[in-house]
Amino acid sequence: MRRLALAAKVVVLGAWLLITLFPLYWIVVTSLKPKPEIFSVPLRYWPANPTFEHYAELFSFADFGAYLLNSLLVSLAAAAAVTAIGVLGGYTLARFAFPGRGMLMLAFLVTQMIPLFIALGPLYLLMSDLDLLNRLSGLMLVYVAMLVPFATIIMRGFYERVPVALEEAAQVDGASRLVAMVRVVIPVMLPGIAATFIFAFVQCWNELFLAITFIDSEDAKTIPVAMNSFITQYDIDWGSMAAATVVSVVPTLVLFAAIRRYIVEGLTAGAVKG
Amino acid sequence: MNRTFTVRRARFIALCLLPGVVFVVLFTYYPMIRGAVIAFQRYNLFDLTSTPFVGLENFRVVLGEDRFWTALRNTGTWVAVSLFFQFFLGFGLALLLRRHFRGRGLYQAWVFFPWAMSGFLIGLLWRWMFNGQFGVINDLLLKAGIIDGRIGFLATPGWAMTSVIVANIWYGVTFFAIMIMAALQSVPKELYEAASVDGASRLRQFWHVTLPHIRPTLALIVLLRIIWILNFPDLIYSMTGGGPAGSTDIITTFLIQQVIGGDYGRAGAVGLLILGLLLAFSVFYLNATRFEKAR
Repeated sequence: MRRLALAAKVVVLGAWLLITLFPLYWIVVTSLKPKPEIFSVPLRYWPANPTFEHYAELFSFADFGAYLLNSLLVSLAAAAAVTAIGVLGGYTLARFAFPGRGMLMLAFLVTQMIPLFIALGPLYLLMSDLDLLNRLSGLMLVYVAMLVPFATIIMRGFYERVPVALEEAAQVDGASRLVAMVRVVIPVMLPGIAATFIFAFVQCWNELFLAITFIDSEDAKTIPVAMNSFITQYDIDWGSMAAATVVSVVPTLVLFAAIRRYIVEGLTAGAVKG
Repeated sequence: MNRTFTVRRARFIALCLLPGVVFVVLFTYYPMIRGAVIAFQRYNLFDLTSTPFVGLENFRVVLGEDRFWTALRNTGTWVAVSLFFQFFLGFGLALLLRRHFRGRGLYQAWVFFPWAMSGFLIGLLWRWMFNGQFGVINDLLLKAGIIDGRIGFLATPGWAMTSVIVANIWYGVTFFAIMIMAALQSVPKELYEAASVDGASRLRQFWHVTLPHIRPTLALIVLLRIIWILNFPDLIYSMTGGGPAGSTDIITTFLIQQVIGGDYGRAGAVGLLILGLLLAFSVFYLNATRFEKAR
């Protein structure tokens, strides 16, 4: 009976793993097949003549290298800025009671419930007024705004786990509050800060609707915008699409695997959107 | 927590919070408020010569459109069916992963991966797999003898909804598994010990100890998830674009089409309707679950 239960458990877990991983496997296989093989029946579950031609095409015909660089720039800049903002804001929320603190937390949490694209139209008008359309810097600013609540709330949680005594000791030794924060608290929190940075980076890297609303000039396209323009109504070049998917998803897979533990914590704290 | 309040300290707090507050006010709250105002204006991006206030006209137009009501009905199906399967499959997975075994960490890491992908990419992935001619799902179903001929999953109204929901379930199970595992771990061990001393079976322990203990957490997780599924047009957008013939439109893809169409007045109206819906539902839900607890 015990053995039977164990066997059942292994089978179910194995089946779920297979279901989870198969789509990823399939997109990789598709990206490695030459075009005639992608569009032929019967399907092959392993490429007969593996090729990197779709990857090569991405970087020669489509300007994928430039899109990659744009995505990288926007995501790095926005993630760095929002992490810094979170480090500062989270500290005050964790360490001080001040009037309006509860309201502020609420105002931040509410933005996690309401999707930003509810205000997509007015946001477009604002960006147009500020002359920020079709600019990577404009996109970056919106991404920072999109991620401020998350970064602040999650950093607050990290601070709350650092004993106040640690800072107080440094302050008794004559360090100012800011110096105590930089020298003593932040080193303890480095893993949490790294996790916040990575999470913010991946969110920007993946973001679609804001980017396609604000960007349509070729030289400011990020990867999702470029991939979105690959979609035509009836005909998608699935070889290139598969290759583009693999190229854009691999960095996020690696980064997410590194911070899995923190994402789970962020989720349970209500800071991360699932 | 430090409660003393001096001018110096107030300045420090204000300086630390200022950047974040400025960003959120300028790029989140200001557009939302402006959107709420625009909802009562005639406001078309392609004709901005006059933007008069027109009272409830945008709402009247939106509520008079069949596509809006179809989208609303679809939203119900999309949320309810996705949630049902995500919840129960996730719960099952959490129970299986509850006890430590060799390789559990590695297993979780692998199962976690759909999360690193954007809804947009997941939609594309499944769009390819559900392809009517060269899709692998057709191929597998044919091989298994479940179907006799290929199905145009994304071109047939009923099948298209099923397909996007399948993709959504695939994506969301892990979320529930992880959240429920965290909830399960919060149940004090002593409770189980006491229950087994009293001779309660595993099933009874689950029913009388585990479930009551994690119920408030579960209620909250489900509420958050409902809101997020509702706010998740990305997958549908790239998988079917709301088609065929609006059969996979949900209220948020409908909103995005209004924005792309440039009619910001109507988009604002739809946005406000969504907000109202979310608010009404949350209040109703929280009341209902509290009632449950009091009983």
